[in-house]
Amino acid sequence: MNPTVLEQPRPMQELLEGPSGKPMSYWQLVWWRLRRDKVTLAAAAVILLIILSAVLASYLAPYDPFQGSIRKRLAMVGTPGHVLGTDEQGRDMLTRLLYGGRMSLVSGVTPVLIALLVGSTLGITAGYVGGRLNLLIMRVVDIFFAFPSILLAIAISGALGAGLKNTMIALSIVFTPPIARVAESITTQVRGWEFMEAARASGAGSLAIIRHHMIANVVGPIFVYASTLISVSVIIASGLSFLGLGVSPPNAEWGLMLNTLRGSIYVNPLVAALPGVMIFMTSMSFNLLSDGLRDAMDVRL
Amino acid sequence: MWGYIVRRLLLGIPTLLGVTLIVFSLMHLAPGDPISAMLPPDAPQEVVQMIRQQMGFDRPLPVQYWLWLTRVAQGDLGRSIATRRPVIQDIRSALGNTLILALAAACLGFTLGGTLGSCAAFSRGRWTDKMFSAAAITGVSLPHYWVAILLIIIFSVELNWLPAMGMQSTGSVSAGWGEVARHMILPTIALALIPMGVITRMARASVLEILSQEFVMTLRAKGLWSRTITRHIVKNAAPPVLTLMGLQFGYLLGGSVLVETVFSWPGSGYLLNLAIFQRDFPVLQGTILVLASFFVMLNLLVDIVQSLVDPRIRRT
Repeated sequence: MNPTVLEQPRPMQELLEGPSGKPMSYWQLVWWRLRRDKVTLAAAAVILLIILSAVLASYLAPYDPFQGSIRKRLAMVGTPGHVLGTDEQGRDMLTRLLYGGRMSLVSGVTPVLIALLVGSTLGITAGYVGGRLNLLIMRVVDIFFAFPSILLAIAISGALGAGLKNTMIALSIVFTPPIARVAESITTQVRGWEFMEAARASGAGSLAIIRHHMIANVVGPIFVYASTLISVSVIIASGLSFLGLGVSPPNAEWGLMLNTLRGSIYVNPLVAALPGVMIFMTSMSFNLLSDGLRDAMDVRL
Repeated sequence: MWGYIVRRLLLGIPTLLGVTLIVFSLMHLAPGDPISAMLPPDAPQEVVQMIRQQMGFDRPLPVQYWLWLTRVAQGDLGRSIATRRPVIQDIRSALGNTLILALAAACLGFTLGGTLGSCAAFSRGRWTDKMFSAAAITGVSLPHYWVAILLIIIFSVELNWLPAMGMQSTGSVSAGWGEVARHMILPTIALALIPMGVITRMARASVLEILSQEFVMTLRAKGLWSRTITRHIVKNAAPPVLTLMGLQFGYLLGGSVLVETVFSWPGSGYLLNLAIFQRDFPVLQGTILVLASFFVMLNLLVDIVQSLVDPRIRRT
């Protein structure tokens, strides 16, 4: 039942011995470790690049994302004027891949942020207050664990109907329980540490304890855990669009593009596979980044 | 020990009830009521009223839930709106097909994952470790529906080695096992990737954890054969990996929706997808309920098996 184990009490304010022997704060040490981790830095750079190209799509893209041409359908990769070819309606692939990042990233990342907010609030409350409230919150959370995540996402968005907003609602519901569970288990552990008792003994109120001691110690591990969910979320969000449950045509979204190009695999397999490359690159980079964060922050999940 | 099993089974009941509650509320999440989704928009008001009464939608929600629950408990999941067949019939045949696929994918993914993960841990820091760890993170990062398409492009379109869809070739009346097996190869590979990656990572972490413990050094100091030591390590590293395997098997059942859709594999995922697009709520509800209940019971089973293997778990 304890997905997370923190090995020793480690108040974040305490100075640790840095790599060169001089004292460093926890976050300085994390930053020092991250700077040396080339893979994580590269992953972060790729993510930054993907985000930037999505945000700046309207400046970078050579064509209009919705303007097709019947004469230029399914051009090969490397066609002059269309570096990455064109899709089944003759729209420029490079343009649509750039624009597609917007909805894919929004529908993949936002739910994890919402779930982080809601889940950690629930989990920290349950862990800190304990007793009946804990039991109530955690039993409800447990019920959601009875559903495999993809199934729950498909079920909710299937019931709500297609659309970007519904995809995000579905995924937020899917990711809240696991974050709540991790938050609860970490909070329960931190609550037992000695400095918490010391704070209470010296007369600090609940709110002050939560604000100064709890959050500082709990937020790191929860954040690392939530970051591991982003890559799954990106894959499922695009998967829902791929099933026709997410973003609707003619919008550009990687999963949806993969779906509409499925009929063209006999004509132009290379172009048909391209949107998947973007989903893969994004989820891989987020996975590598969260692995790096976990190592640098020395969190065991 | 029987006490533990009984207690664990009893604890499963509220979970199952919770599952039914969530599945029931799913139907009422939908905008408008389910009737308007089923009928053409120009249906006469009397017909709408009649069907609403027939299906009990005019009663208060708790009553509806109770009536639905008692029917479900008797194995009656209602009739499909599209085909008018009992939902349970459709699900039964579809679930079998999903299970075959999930089992094959689990065998492939778990064996590969367990082997790669332990090998990586035993050769920590060397190139095999790096390669297997890279394979694992790639496995969990690949969108499996994309891999499914890639496999079709490579093995069906370009090489023309394997069939791209269905469970049997069109035209053949009853497919032999060989025929089905040939159709299974690609979906199995696509489906096995995620469990492979997840189990590799878990097995590696788990073995590393045991390797760092003192008793391993004691075994080494005693001069035991490395084979014997390996056996000790694997035995101690297994429990968390086994738990995860149970969970992953459940995820295979859920994750098969996408892969089954790509390969037109006639399983529960395909059925679910079809139900969503035909707004066939009884089928949607029934399929999700059956899959989720299956998942709950699977987790129960894993817990119980775990407690048989490792009695320490029973105390928590």
